Amino acid sequence: MNFAWMAWTWPTAIFFITIFALIAAMGVWEYFRPGGDPRVGILRFETTRGDRLFISLLGSSFINLAWLGLVDTNLWWSLALSVAYAILVFRYV
Amino acid sequence: MEKTWNNKAWFLVLPVLLLVGFSAVIPLMTVVNYSVQDTFGNNVFFWSGLTWFEQVLHSRRFHEALLRNLAFSFTILAIQIPLGIFIALNMPRKGIGVPICLVLMALPLLIPWNVVGTIWQVFGRVDIGLLGRTLAAMGINYNYATDPVAAWVTVIVMDVWHWTSLVVLLCYAGLVSIPDAYYQAAKIDGASRWSVFRYIQLPKMHRVLLIAVLLRFMDSFMIYTEPFVVTGGGPGSTTTFLSIDLVKMAIGQFDLGPAAAMSIIYFLIILLLSWVFYTVMTNYDSGR
Repeated sequence: MNFAWMAWTWPTAIFFITIFALIAAMGVWEYFRPGGDPRVGILRFETTRGDRLFISLLGSSFINLAWLGLVDTNLWWSLALSVAYAILVFRYV
Repeated sequence: MEKTWNNKAWFLVLPVLLLVGFSAVIPLMTVVNYSVQDTFGNNVFFWSGLTWFEQVLHSRRFHEALLRNLAFSFTILAIQIPLGIFIALNMPRKGIGVPICLVLMALPLLIPWNVVGTIWQVFGRVDIGLLGRTLAAMGINYNYATDPVAAWVTVIVMDVWHWTSLVVLLCYAGLVSIPDAYYQAAKIDGASRWSVFRYIQLPKMHRVLLIAVLLRFMDSFMIYTEPFVVTGGGPGSTTTFLSIDLVKMAIGQFDLGPAAAMSIIYFLIILLLSWVFYTVMTNYDSGR
């Protein structure tokens, strides 16, 4: 199979590998602690681990877009901010 | 009864995963790959980093198309939802009127998008269209090809004509599910028409209304065919909505990189809005 038409680059490959690894890690987590850990956090509705990952990823995309649009083209800072945001989401949402 | 838990059942989802992978995930990955590269065709790509994202985020053209699209979506929601509720409330509940009304309501929904566009394109023409000529005879300056206000009015009226029925049918389904006992109780209590609407009909319609809002918002946020057929995005770019702009960029100008970056941003906005709607909908249900 030839995937040249998909125009792969290393940065985008790493991006997708990271996302798939996160989803796989969620599967492993679910295997050891089944049930998805539902709870009501600061958003005042019930979220599971999967919801929290989704909120983290979606929020991170907007953090990075906002950083690129408003602050700077160096996205390492916004990536760090996204990680901090994800930790907060997993802790409090 | 105890539920049977068997995680092997998840394997039954595998065909769907394959299908989604083939039809959505792989194309999406390709778009992401395109968005960080430049190409002059021939499947040769050059790394360009975040240039296209920066360009789209700072482009006035994108901001204007986004604002236009949001304005369009909220305008049609502000018209279609109250109008749909109003019509549904006034539709007969029994007798021969029911099938007649339902069929009449369903008719616009059966017409394909491009045909709706063509109908309104001809209907509104000043030289041969019934609407255009009538308005002109009444002394109203109406020409959707040159006047932005006329173009907007045409596109909005066309969408209202095409899709209000969907809201009506959904609301009607919610209304007929209310048992007569509710109305009898309201009558005994001497409830006003407004109270009946506010405390019986609206709560019963809440769920279908949320679905109607979600469907109408999504559909209007991706609107392409009708305005493309009627105005072609014009006059100028006054009715160029996001998808029209995106297609112009991707296929008209063959700027695959910027178009890919724009479609990713577009996708993320839709994802965010759908998630908000979905969360509000499901939590309203579980909260009741």
